[in-house]
Amino acid sequence: MRPYIREKKGFTFEEVPENTSFEAGYLVSVNSGWRSIRPVIDAGKCVGCEQCYLYCPDGVISIKDGKAVIDYDFCKGCGICAKICKTGAVGMEAERK
Amino acid sequence: MANKVAESISREEYFYGHKACAGCGGSLAVRAALKVLGQNAVSVLPAGCMSAVGFNFPQLCFSNNSIISTFAGTASMLTGVEAGLRARGYKDFTAVGFAGDGGTADIGIQALSGAIDRNDDIIYICYDNEAYMNTGIQKSGLTPYGARTTTTPAGENIHGNIRPKKNMFEIAAAHGIPYAATASVGYIYDFIAKVRKASQIRGTKYIHVIAPCPTGWGVAPDATVDIAKEVVDCGLWYLAEYENGEFTLNHKPKEFSDAAAYLKKQGRFRHLTDEDIAVITASRDKKWESIEKNFSYKKSL
Amino acid sequence: MKKFLSGNEAFAEGIRLARPQVISAYPITPQTIVVEKLSEMVEDGSLKAEYIHVESEHSALSCAIGASAAGARAFTATSSQGLLYMAECLYYAAGGRFPIVMMNADRSTALPWNIYGDQRDSLSQLDSGWIQAYAENAQEALDLALMSYRIAEDKTVSTPFMANLDGFILTHTYETVDIPDREQADRFLPPYETDNRIDFENPKNMAFSAGPDTNYIFKYKEHRGVLAAREVITRTEAEFAEIFGRKYSGLTEDYRTEDAEYIIVTLGSIAGLCRETADKLRENGVRAGVVRIRYMRPFPNEEIAGVLRNAKAYAVLEKDISFGNEGTVFTNVNSALKKAGVNVPGYNFIGGLGGRNISAADIENIYSAIANGTDSVNFIGIGGEENGK
Repeated sequence: MRPYIREKKGFTFEEVPENTSFEAGYLVSVNSGWRSIRPVIDAGKCVGCEQCYLYCPDGVISIKDGKAVIDYDFCKGCGICAKICKTGAVGMEAERK
Repeated sequence: MANKVAESISREEYFYGHKACAGCGGSLAVRAALKVLGQNAVSVLPAGCMSAVGFNFPQLCFSNNSIISTFAGTASMLTGVEAGLRARGYKDFTAVGFAGDGGTADIGIQALSGAIDRNDDIIYICYDNEAYMNTGIQKSGLTPYGARTTTTPAGENIHGNIRPKKNMFEIAAAHGIPYAATASVGYIYDFIAKVRKASQIRGTKYIHVIAPCPTGWGVAPDATVDIAKEVVDCGLWYLAEYENGEFTLNHKPKEFSDAAAYLKKQGRFRHLTDEDIAVITASRDKKWESIEKNFSYKKSL
Repeated sequence: MKKFLSGNEAFAEGIRLARPQVISAYPITPQTIVVEKLSEMVEDGSLKAEYIHVESEHSALSCAIGASAAGARAFTATSSQGLLYMAECLYYAAGGRFPIVMMNADRSTALPWNIYGDQRDSLSQLDSGWIQAYAENAQEALDLALMSYRIAEDKTVSTPFMANLDGFILTHTYETVDIPDREQADRFLPPYETDNRIDFENPKNMAFSAGPDTNYIFKYKEHRGVLAAREVITRTEAEFAEIFGRKYSGLTEDYRTEDAEYIIVTLGSIAGLCRETADKLRENGVRAGVVRIRYMRPFPNEEIAGVLRNAKAYAVLEKDISFGNEGTVFTNVNSALKKAGVNVPGYNFIGGLGGRNISAADIENIYSAIANGTDSVNFIGIGGEENGK
């Protein structure tokens, strides 16, 4: 299981836990707002070598049907994937706000 | 095009949605290690970057059991977690700590030494970004010679940090630890192999992984992996293992890349003079002389 | 089974009966005998526990926190400088609601260095969020060791428990102690069950940060947990009396206070001498009484106000001083009276610092001083803070 966004985001007095332990991987906010540039995969060039998957600090790249896909909810646009790609399949494009 | 290393680790993400800076090397180290260790890893992280970015109730970014320790208490809490779970009858788990350079080489070194001395069955991973980054880039015992931090300013009189890095790898090895290794997030295959190896050895394991901090080092977020590779290629860091009382080098650059180029592309070293750089390369060469003499060589993955 | 034991040994016997699963041990005078005895029990197989030789007190408690987070019953022990060295972890354990039990051998704090008993170490940590009990004798120490886990682990409490024994005076003096039967102890104290733990079926993120939006709620609940111990202590002691036949009186223990005009409020091993002195004075017509505080946290506000309400004057006798003010116990007692609207003259007597003996004559002097009126804060052997030289 990977951490994922939950519906319940606010906690009332009674809902705040008695102790400092809570469900693992409980997310209430995304990181997409951090990006000024976004990686875009050119599926024609992507060979599915998974270098970008292995080196992504945020773990937002996965491989579907042999091609890299990006979870834009959590990608921060660091650009490591574009740099690491040997086939030039990842381009960085300006984020349109 | 199958990637064997990618196939060999979990497809799950255990550290996700965290608020680390873009391009954070520390978060890459934590992510990769947990993908090796899997769902039954229990991670202990002291106060520091990775806990600060991953544990803000109700945004909790580890999908495996994870807990924050006191700053000094990574290793001692690991000991307690491991002993407690064992006492309760659990066998199939890995207690793993992720502490930064300050949390390891400064405030946490006593507890780490105690855990190695007891040979507790834990993996301790030091993600070394070479300064107290969470508090805003202050010098630690692992800040390299010459680096500018907010407590080692680079001025006319003093050119940044005047002391070399503590050699935590060999300090750990000096305990007679079952397994110790150095790594870099720039060589992630080597790091992954070392975490896997550590997970198969009983007793205390120490892995010291260089994990650049773009913010603190003064490089672009997309430079993390390249700079982490370059520090190995220029010989200022090395990939090695300690096992059964023997040191082994895992990566031998044919010739070093330009150390000055490595230093000059980082904001924290930009002030260095040619003389400063000469001091750094001389110390590098001395270290490598000792490596050539005392380490055997076995190429890593 | 009756045995002739020191306070330390008696406490270790109680811990053996409580079956901790992880013990983190570090020596410090005058606590050391506890961890020595426990290591022997682990060695001979009479106590099945992971015994961890930690390298400092900070690690002792950090390790116990880790073990408790794993769902294990954890024990450690310390004293004085050791308690202060682990101070960070005290707050951590309490904030995380880990019901660890720790014995503290009350000892003076440096400087000047001194290994003898006073209570400045534990009383300086009243705000750390721990339940704090003070034993008077070896039997009570043993019984506290057993009861402490029941109280700390109660779901409504979930708070760590510090059992304090006066250094040397209690830790190193011998008396005949009744050791409960093991089966009865098991009936009294079931294994630790909690949701506040690492869980492979439902993984947890623990000991996290909480910002201003929820932090105050966690803190309020922590406060409520310590307060909940009041009722749990009463219930636990009632059940203890039923099984083992020994009765305890909750947060305080009163002695001849019903009609007392002059009352000494104190804590720990000095209470015995206070009672003897009160008896002697009563033979001479002085209506003297004693209140022994058994728990400093949760604090016995109502109990103390109830007893002192009809007195003519009271003294708080303590082995402690909060420099620049007064003894901390005195501050707490006065606050209890103020909240209850009780207006009785009270005086503070600071004694026993660094192990200095408090004699029967000293205690007699306290009773006569409060009958005649004296300085607010008095140092035994020196005088009032204004005239002390």
